[in-house]
Amino acid sequence: MAVTAQRKLDARKLRADFPIFEHEIRGKSLAYLDSAVSAHKPRQVLDKLRTFYETSYANVHRGVYTLSELATAEYEGAREKVAQFINAPTARVFFNDPATTESINLVAYAWGLDNLGPGDVVVVTELEHHSNFVPWQYIAKRTGAAFKAIPLDEHGELQLDALEEIARAGNVKVVANNLVSNALGTINPVEQLAAWAHDHGAIMVVDAAQAAPHHAIDVQQLDCDFLAFSSHKMCGPTSVGALWGRAALLESMAPFNLGGHMIRSVKLEETTWGQIPFKFEAGTQPIAEAVGFGAAVDYLTDVGLAAIEEHERELLVYALERLADVEGLVAYGPPPERRAGILSFNLGEIHPHDVAQILDMDGVAIRAGHHCCQPLMAKLGVAATNRASFYLYTIPEEIDRLVEGLHKANKLLA
Amino acid sequence: MSEFDQMYREVILDHYKNPRGHGLIEDADAHAEGQNPLCGDEVSIFVAFANDRETIDEVKFSGRGCAISQAATSMLMEMVKGRSATEVATLSRDALLDEIGIPLSPVRIKCALLGLSTLKLALHKAKGTPLPEEWAGASSDLELK
Repeated sequence: MAVTAQRKLDARKLRADFPIFEHEIRGKSLAYLDSAVSAHKPRQVLDKLRTFYETSYANVHRGVYTLSELATAEYEGAREKVAQFINAPTARVFFNDPATTESINLVAYAWGLDNLGPGDVVVVTELEHHSNFVPWQYIAKRTGAAFKAIPLDEHGELQLDALEEIARAGNVKVVANNLVSNALGTINPVEQLAAWAHDHGAIMVVDAAQAAPHHAIDVQQLDCDFLAFSSHKMCGPTSVGALWGRAALLESMAPFNLGGHMIRSVKLEETTWGQIPFKFEAGTQPIAEAVGFGAAVDYLTDVGLAAIEEHERELLVYALERLADVEGLVAYGPPPERRAGILSFNLGEIHPHDVAQILDMDGVAIRAGHHCCQPLMAKLGVAATNRASFYLYTIPEEIDRLVEGLHKANKLLA
Repeated sequence: MSEFDQMYREVILDHYKNPRGHGLIEDADAHAEGQNPLCGDEVSIFVAFANDRETIDEVKFSGRGCAISQAATSMLMEMVKGRSATEVATLSRDALLDEIGIPLSPVRIKCALLGLSTLKLALHKAKGTPLPEEWAGASSDLELK
């Protein structure tokens, strides 16, 4: 693979690809600092969706007529793009709806129910989003396995020295971790965790919802066993995500959703399953959405994941500098070198709902709440935080407007 | 001022910074606690009845939360003082929202109603007054004790 000089991305130019920024919200231009919750869509993705519906749409795989063949080619083409995006063999990637949450549930149920029991240990971390915490907690309870969480240090990074003690709780069977924390932006040492998991005969499940849009992912390098991520967080449509799994595991797992298309033959006495990935794609999949997902992959690949990562890091450094001047501001999370473009903070005693509301008055969108990370909030000793997050279309002016808004909040409510 | 900017208008800020009825009542006749675990708003409501054991003679609240929840609860304290428990138990959410007088999104409506829900629970515990029907769904994510 040729090594090309890294192009710096031009956020202002890319912003023009996103129609939403042309709209004023409440008479103000949009300063969107909530890409961690969902990303906006470029014209390229929106056009692809429209064109597909207008010219090539049909249900896939089963039809004999030309239109169905066209649709199938687009759908399978999207699968290939998504697989290449994470350096995975195509046949191991399948589409899920809704996205990461469904994918993790699938692994927890379809793998977990048959492979976990008393004496086993399910390991998550205190940093997990509920979608990579609650399914495991539930399956552990149902199977009688122990449920442990790797603790955090005061920087919001995993305390890996706790692993030894966790291993003493029983047979570690699964380690589930988010590559990037949606609340603190922490970039977790997934390769290290995967190695540790494998040493103990456990599988490694990676929640890449927050990582895939912003960092190049290579499942072979990570050496994980399952990896899930969402289209809507990476400029693609909602209602579709991808789950990659190791062939041997996928072959041995029971199916999750059953019905049409995931079968080979159905008889009164017995039904046999189709081959992967179709075994895990029952019923009509989100066809157009998957095609849109493929278009999003093309868009991001064109911009360059490395350029996106660098851009966000620069914004993060700038944001931290500017926020240092805001009275009463407490920022959480590791230093910029070890985190993604996500910033959780509190503003003195002012409630995050009020901060977010005041910012909204000036067209600045941030998120306030527990970010689906209640265990983390408990560890931080707060009920909620404010969160600003960046993406390829974020410009420094938006951060300036955030800071202005925070000063205003201080004036009104401090 | 746009209707939106009114959210933090003078009256709201006044009630937030100078809440009416803030405090505790020792040996209260009715008491309950409520919190919204989604954001950490918490409130404790205390009621003392008059000799007829029906009229709300004194009512106080303590706790912490966002400006809307605190201001709404403060306004509520002023609204219910001197009224009968039966009347207050059936006080509609719209009555309180009208008093607050600004448009609120569904998320912030929950903030505004925490005090009212908790007060109704306190009255229910003390006097058996009815709980709102809509609690089957709406207030179920509030933890009320």
